[in-house]
Amino acid sequence: MLGFFEVGFLNLTWGSIVMLIIGGVLLYLGISKNMEPLLLVPIGFGVLLVNLPLGGLMESIVNGQVVESYAVGGEPAGIISRVFRYGLAWEIIPCFIFLGLGAMTDFGPLLANPKTLILGAGAQFGVYFAFFIALLLGFSIHEACSIGIIGGADGPTTIYLTNKLAPHFIGATAVAAYTYMALVPIIQPPVIKLLTTKQEREIYMKPQLRPVSKLEKILFPGIAAVIIILLVPKSAPLIGMFMFGNMLYACGVTDRLANTAANAFMDILTILLGLCVGCFMSAESFLKPESLLVFVLGAVAFAASTAFGVSLAKLMNLVTKEKINPMIGAAGVSAVPMAARVVQRMGQQANPKNFLLMHAMGPNIAGVIGTATAAGIFLGMVG
Amino acid sequence: MAQENVEFPIPGKVLSVNVSQGSNVAEGDVICMLESMKMENPIVAPCGGTITKLDISPGQVVETGALVCIIES
Repeated sequence: MLGFFEVGFLNLTWGSIVMLIIGGVLLYLGISKNMEPLLLVPIGFGVLLVNLPLGGLMESIVNGQVVESYAVGGEPAGIISRVFRYGLAWEIIPCFIFLGLGAMTDFGPLLANPKTLILGAGAQFGVYFAFFIALLLGFSIHEACSIGIIGGADGPTTIYLTNKLAPHFIGATAVAAYTYMALVPIIQPPVIKLLTTKQEREIYMKPQLRPVSKLEKILFPGIAAVIIILLVPKSAPLIGMFMFGNMLYACGVTDRLANTAANAFMDILTILLGLCVGCFMSAESFLKPESLLVFVLGAVAFAASTAFGVSLAKLMNLVTKEKINPMIGAAGVSAVPMAARVVQRMGQQANPKNFLLMHAMGPNIAGVIGTATAAGIFLGMVG
Repeated sequence: MAQENVEFPIPGKVLSVNVSQGSNVAEGDVICMLESMKMENPIVAPCGGTITKLDISPGQVVETGALVCIIES
């Protein structure tokens, strides 16, 4: 009977009940609606676990006292708070995820049609747009950088940058970035439809892209790493790992390493990262006006990035002879390959003969480089 | 009789083949499912007719431009 007072039921709050429901909804979307299950299932389960009172997953020790939630200045004591401190706060997991991403990226579409690089850069305007709005709303410049980068729809980059500039915001920005990555199929279509006519969405793009030689694919990661890191040195951890992973994939003699990096290694990191992000959604840290505002601004950033990408594609159509389907501009956000898949699905709905997937992969991959570079620029500016 | 060569518009892996040689298809019928970038893409018949050549099987990895089938209408 004495142990009864330790039972979690008695410590449940309305906030934790709301968060348990949110966790359930995330699990439902992942499992039943098949909406990015690899992200939403670990995040959703993490939310469930962390909102069960007295579990101690995110415990920290501050000045000798045990606190239930993660404390930036404290000593982590729970299983997930330790993973978070040594995996995420030490910036190991986000950078290694970039290694895995590089190992699964084929730069072929980008090399075959290099003008799509511009679309990937164009979508980054949304990052700066949200950055200025956050500044106007009174957030500090460090916080504004962390909020703006959500517009890139790139979870690892968002975590990396927030941890450097505004660590107290890491829960809100990480959750926002990962949720929006998972919600790409819901957020992007209305923005794309608003900015394009039916005729524009029907624009047919020939499937055959220029064949790209193996030598080009081997040279690209090396040359791109040198140029980008010389231009934006602070992007070295993310871009360096990304290009290294891609070299493993492209060079053709390290298939075993590339396979492990792209599959088993990436899966382990995704499990740890997903659980950590979910465990940051405790009632006390998430249900705050500040966190909810970050969430709303993140959506603005993401919608703006989509809008800028599509608008830039339309602008390009004014000056180029061969018209591109402006929807591929929306893939300039770096949610790979979710954004490209949205474009493919909408393209087929508008014109069943259209296969835009590979055309959209160009800006999509350029978006990854663009967001990591934008993070490097922010770090160079204020870091 | 008109012949239509159906080609793969993107590279990927054949997941399933929904028709067989000699079967009749209508325009828009799904010939096979192609997995590309972890996404299932239906490859549909561009016209109606009879499939006279079909040389693909589930699990096969294909490049852009590879032949899916020939449809005679």
